[in-house]
Amino acid sequence: MATISAPGERDQRVRAFERVWSEPRGFIGALRTINNIPIAQRYMVTAFAFFLAGGVQALLMRIQLGTPENTFLDAETYNQLFTMHGTTMMFLFVIPFIEALANYMLPLLLGTRDLPFPRLTALSYWTYLFGGIFLYSSFLFGAAPDGGWFAYVPLNGKEFSPGINMDFWDIGLSVAEVSALGAAAELIVGILRMRAPGMTLRRLPLFAWAMLVAAFMLILAFTPLIVATAMLEFDRKGLTQFFTVGHGGDPVLWQHIFWAFGHPEVYIMLIPAVGIVSHIVQTFCRRPIVGYRAMVASLIAIGAISFALWAHHMFATGMSVGAMTFFTVASMLIAIPSGVQVFGWLATIWSGRPVWTTSMLFVVGFIAIFVLGGLTGVMVAAAPFDAQAHDTYFVVAHFHYVLIGGVVFPFIAGLYYWLPKITGRLMSERLGKWNFWVMFLFFNLTFFPMHVSGLMGMPRRVYTYPAGLGWETANLVSTVGALGFAAGVLLFVINFFWSRARGRPAGNNPWGADTLEWSESSPPAEAQFPYIPVVRGRHPLWEQPSLRPADAPAADSLRELDAAPTGWRGGLCVSMREARPLAIVHLPGPTIWPFMLSVAFVFLCAAALVDSGLLAGIGAAVAAVALCGWFWPARTEAAAIGEVGTEPRDRRLPIAVAGPRSNGWWGTMLLILVLVTALTTLVASYFYLAPRWVLSELPDLTETLLAITTTAVALASAGAVRWSAGGNTPALVGRRQLGLALGVMLGLVLVGMLRMLYGYHETTYARATDAQGSFFFLFLLFQAIVTLLHLVPTAVALVWAWRAPSDPRGLAPAANAALIGYFLVFSWGVAVATLYLAPRWFWPSE
Amino acid sequence: MSPTRVARGPGEYDQGPTVAWNARRALGGAALALSCSACAGPQSALDVRGTAAARIAGLWWTLLVVAVVVYIIVIALLLATIARRVRETGENGPQMPTSDRRGLRWIGLGGVLLPALVLAAVLAVTLRVQTALHSHTPADLTVQVIGRLWWWEIRYLGGAPGDRVITANELHIPTGRRVRVELTSADVIHSFWVPNLQGKVDLVPGRTTVTWLHADRPGISRGQCAEYCGLQHTRMGFLVVAEPPAEFARWLDEQRRPSAAVDETTRRGQVLFQSSGCAYCHATRPVATPGVGGPDLTHFASRRTIAAATLPNTRGHLAGWIADPQGIKPGNRMPRIPLAPADLLAVVTYLESLR
Repeated sequence: MATISAPGERDQRVRAFERVWSEPRGFIGALRTINNIPIAQRYMVTAFAFFLAGGVQALLMRIQLGTPENTFLDAETYNQLFTMHGTTMMFLFVIPFIEALANYMLPLLLGTRDLPFPRLTALSYWTYLFGGIFLYSSFLFGAAPDGGWFAYVPLNGKEFSPGINMDFWDIGLSVAEVSALGAAAELIVGILRMRAPGMTLRRLPLFAWAMLVAAFMLILAFTPLIVATAMLEFDRKGLTQFFTVGHGGDPVLWQHIFWAFGHPEVYIMLIPAVGIVSHIVQTFCRRPIVGYRAMVASLIAIGAISFALWAHHMFATGMSVGAMTFFTVASMLIAIPSGVQVFGWLATIWSGRPVWTTSMLFVVGFIAIFVLGGLTGVMVAAAPFDAQAHDTYFVVAHFHYVLIGGVVFPFIAGLYYWLPKITGRLMSERLGKWNFWVMFLFFNLTFFPMHVSGLMGMPRRVYTYPAGLGWETANLVSTVGALGFAAGVLLFVINFFWSRARGRPAGNNPWGADTLEWSESSPPAEAQFPYIPVVRGRHPLWEQPSLRPADAPAADSLRELDAAPTGWRGGLCVSMREARPLAIVHLPGPTIWPFMLSVAFVFLCAAALVDSGLLAGIGAAVAAVALCGWFWPARTEAAAIGEVGTEPRDRRLPIAVAGPRSNGWWGTMLLILVLVTALTTLVASYFYLAPRWVLSELPDLTETLLAITTTAVALASAGAVRWSAGGNTPALVGRRQLGLALGVMLGLVLVGMLRMLYGYHETTYARATDAQGSFFFLFLLFQAIVTLLHLVPTAVALVWAWRAPSDPRGLAPAANAALIGYFLVFSWGVAVATLYLAPRWFWPSE
Repeated sequence: MSPTRVARGPGEYDQGPTVAWNARRALGGAALALSCSACAGPQSALDVRGTAAARIAGLWWTLLVVAVVVYIIVIALLLATIARRVRETGENGPQMPTSDRRGLRWIGLGGVLLPALVLAAVLAVTLRVQTALHSHTPADLTVQVIGRLWWWEIRYLGGAPGDRVITANELHIPTGRRVRVELTSADVIHSFWVPNLQGKVDLVPGRTTVTWLHADRPGISRGQCAEYCGLQHTRMGFLVVAEPPAEFARWLDEQRRPSAAVDETTRRGQVLFQSSGCAYCHATRPVATPGVGGPDLTHFASRRTIAAATLPNTRGHLAGWIADPQGIKPGNRMPRIPLAPADLLAVVTYLESLR
């Protein structure tokens, strides 16, 4: 591209650049938009609306518990309210709100124009919205979920919950989970691959570090939950028997999987909040955070340890003393990295010159509350004390200290900090201080007395209580406190609307902060960073006079992106650790398909709810159309390839289409991580239950041989696709075509063999009567999904190789199919070893 | 208190005159548990009336002291940092210090060393209590408790088949004896919890879990299901009556007998009980039930409460309960059986004779 000198030409180009990034207008345009900012705003507003809904549920419960033997709510309504309150706050408020904030802020913080998979963000949002509406529509049918947000079995099995209440929960939640996984993949690839040049991992802002850790945790924790909710739903539909005692199942298995998700979940919520706090402390103490590396290390440590303490939710189930000791130690251990965080902030405040804004007040309130919640956390980690405190109001007090103090307070602090960037107007500091004190005082008034009522013996999840047990005062105080706390939340809402109407314009950097988001206008333009910023330290706005490249070579390599490209949306990919410019990435423009795909999910959910083949058919058809539309070759991408080229030449960046340079490859790696986690959950569940099984019929020799052959076919198919990748040069097109054709054929053979394995014991596997048979059902289903994930991109790659062998876009599906091929072989090997070989090992036939 | 006293409301329990003396003993005389008169209550974990609860309460008071000290240290530091700089607000540019060594010392001391030392100490105390709680000498008495939606079936197994006692929602134990409680569930997961005496243990279908009760003085404690078990989880309470061994033995003898013989005042009630469907679920030994059980009513009148510690066992409450069980405990398994007022009173009179 020629250098541009004339100012008129330059303006014209900036306008063209802005046009290509602008959102489509109108109603249909609103459904097609995929820009991160409008999507993130919708995400935030939706999450906040669910927060208010969950808050109203909490108030109704508090009113009911204000006096003993109150009849304001009946048992059924109360049970629905506490189930929906927990579910809403966890799945429909905190996690989506974090994703919203990250989706909004991360591109700005990282100095990139958008996250790598904008369509996935849009899909996540619509799916979350529809999943939430689906869940709440249960109220219309008078069938709101009432089995607890933790859905223990057998209470939530078909026998004891015959209504569709828990089906709403199970299905609605699965959708929200899938949406969270999508967002996680988006954030991970975005943080690792799309940053400003020079923003090495050592210079990564702490919020980005926190989101990186949290997003990995989301994948590792939500995947088991998806598997578990699927198992529960299959059980409820009568297809399987995973949790049924007497059929080789065990209800405690559910608890293990659920808490293997549920406890990391707490830290998934906490870690981003902690990241927000570090930014606020740093900005308002006017100095870098003390111990940046210690802060990062402790974030990672918290994330890692959080996966080793799930069973402290299960001390009462009759565990061995050894297991209790292990989980006690692990649960206490997590206090150390948390302590590092707290003392990092204290040291920063001590050595800085703090400015007492509302954000800082909320941070101080957060520390005061969170430390108390952490101390009660150490208490309940002690198994003997937990035997008294577990499932009482003491625990309710503990986790509200951690979740409101540790998560909601930092959110509010973060909103006071970042809303001026988002709306362009400052919030009222005076109202903000009122806001803080009301929330802080009434928070403690609400939740502190719950420690007392819990120790006095008040269990959780009771819709009323008798007088005379000494619980009256504590409960009445809590109820009054809750009403006051609600007033505090209302003050925040008032302040928000006040600032929209009357707030002073914020300017680019109202707080004199250090990170890149403050270099952009407030609110940011639709086209962010027309000139890619270059970072030379952790605090670019404090340390650098200019964000332009320092030398000519650097400037040259980025010239391609100076208010460009103008015909398509382009961003910069950098190397993971050192953030060196690697490639230009083509980002898709506005499209309706994410919306349509989520509409298809709604049909599929409704079909699963009412067992309707018609709805399932409609859903599948819409999904197929949407997926075709989604992956249909984009004309802009062809233009981009024509303009930039796929190979680097004379210091100019290439465009990333396939292979490790492309985001799609990284996304596929994350998909494989999801699949590995799911497979691990399956195998762990299998071997957890296996000792309970009395010897049922062993898979016979023919069946076993068929299964082993299947693995060989998978190996051959994956190998063929891998081999085809060697034929990327024009001369070897034949090899590419042959390899892919072989891959497709072998993939189809695999599908057929899968069908044979499934049909081998059709009567038992199709409607499994015991837990062992249920695992055949589940493993084979999983294998079917993996096989399709391999087969479909292979087929797409074959079409490319046939129709347009010279087009580099065809290499992407082939490369991704080859990656999934490795996993395909692995997972077939594991499935065969688990289902067909392990029984011979463990239960030699008599 | 007199074991023959029948009509006690769920609110009428021993209010624990000397509070938490066991906790003090467990702590080796630490003076922490001295003043907790507000903690007293028939369902309070801090109103200790048994060995296990005393050990746990001792652990709690230790944890509380440690937590208060740590909290004061952290908050004092927080306030000190605030006070140090609070006057210097206003516009000021960022400083970029060259070294963070002093700050890192803060993190090392406060964030790593302090919690590590405190946690090591806490862990040592915890493990000591845990070991003590889980070391058991042979049982003096074994009781089976079966969790049901939403009440507790209690079984005492004797040497001979005729010695077996089945009752509901009121567990009697002798003081000073080690009672082994075997827990099973007939339906969903419940949790057996008597805070005055012991921490909770779940009742899991397909498993038998075990807990131990050791009351050190007579008294009536309240327990409650502590694992959410559905619609009436709230109304799944029970009483634990700890009484001196002799009184307990007398009670057990009474319970082993068949239900009281009918006389002319109760005969009509018995006939109605058998013919109106009550006997389908409720046994009055030697009459067994054809259906799946509700609570065994052989010695119903000796119990202090009805509907799983929901109402005191008085004539008025009993009549109200039989007339409209779904109004008092919606969703419970007892159907409303229409009875004419005179018939209802006859059934109540009969039930009240089942001492």
